[in-house]
Amino acid sequence: MDGKILFELVSPTKLLISAEVDMVVVPGAEGDFGAMAQHAPLISAIRPGTVEMHDNGRVSERIFVSGGFAEVGGTRITVLAEEALRLSDITHEMAATRRRMANEALSDATSDRDREAAQHQLAVAEAMEQVAR
Amino acid sequence: MPSLKDLRLRIASVKSTRKITSAMKMVAASKLRRAQSAAEAARPYAERMERMLGTLAASVSGRADAAPMLVGTGADKVHLIVMVTADRGLCGGFNSSVVRTVRHMAADLTARGQTIRIMPVGRKGREQVKRDLGGFLIDGFEQLGRKGIVFSEADGVARKIARLFDDGEFDVCTVVYNRFRSAISQDITRQQLIPFPAPAEQTETVEPSRRASTLFEPEEDEILAALLPRNLAVQIFRALLESQASEQGARMTAMDNATRNAGDMINRLTLQYNRSRQAQITKELIEIISGAEAL
Repeated sequence: MDGKILFELVSPTKLLISAEVDMVVVPGAEGDFGAMAQHAPLISAIRPGTVEMHDNGRVSERIFVSGGFAEVGGTRITVLAEEALRLSDITHEMAATRRRMANEALSDATSDRDREAAQHQLAVAEAMEQVAR
Repeated sequence: MPSLKDLRLRIASVKSTRKITSAMKMVAASKLRRAQSAAEAARPYAERMERMLGTLAASVSGRADAAPMLVGTGADKVHLIVMVTADRGLCGGFNSSVVRTVRHMAADLTARGQTIRIMPVGRKGREQVKRDLGGFLIDGFEQLGRKGIVFSEADGVARKIARLFDDGEFDVCTVVYNRFRSAISQDITRQQLIPFPAPAEQTETVEPSRRASTLFEPEEDEILAALLPRNLAVQIFRALLESQASEQGARMTAMDNATRNAGDMINRLTLQYNRSRQAQITKELIEIISGAEAL
């Protein structure tokens, strides 16, 4: 189990993190999974939650992602996040605002697509509330 | 021969024009820097998204039930052109070159018996095609990116395109925009969004056996259903950012030229002004002297 995995966290506006770590734990759509070097190729959707970077036997960083996709292949894991925030930047007010906006969007939604988007926002708000302090 | 006063007034007016153009150049230059770094920072996401989608597309290719957004509707009757221009002018050939490309495409497609729809993003483009292609215009977007493009704006555009596609309003979608190359040059780019153009076989890192064994969580179809609209938004986001950077670059160059032309004009007018002033003085002197001699 030697060798590190190259972890890249990309948001639409920029490349946020590019670092070699021991393991990355990602909130996959069908359950959390850890990716280390030599992981089998995998493409997974991500649900709103926390991405953890493990290095030298401890968690070196926690980042909240609101959803997106992860691609694992050999020596590399790429996370395409819709939005990524450091866990320490998330507050209860932020989560509450999100929830309010999501609820408004849900009641205004006219098409299935809009409704789906609003529901997703609501899920993001819920996940935020859980990690906020 | 304009009078001295006229000349003086013209010099003053050209001088104030020069002040305006040079201020606009400075503004464009500072906006350019911001827009350029935003465009460059957004490239990694779009590239990786394309790579991921390429892997997925390869794995579902050849299946009859693949998502229509990926493989198309099987027809190519109606073509949607998303025309990305600026909201404002005074930026050289920036808007006109996009419009020209759209006109060419429209002529080509119509000649081949296809129907077109044009979705304008940016006021200038819509105004320019209103006269000859007005009948093909559908509702578009304006005033995007007043404070820099944000992703939700691109998402809005993408959602509208996706909705039209779901309603069967078009079969093929292409976006036309200015890709930023440098402050003085932009490339007109046509990029097909729907159906997703299969990327050139990626041979570099993933050999076929590995690709075949890629795991998907959840199923390919479900991921695709989420990834495709997302990709649409990302590609539009990229087009908007590139266009924004190009616009500022084009405006900076255009205003630089205008400032220089105004400077040349001021020099010419000043020369003319001094000459006629001198001529006037000489004339008056001659009048006085010949008057004195006549006594």
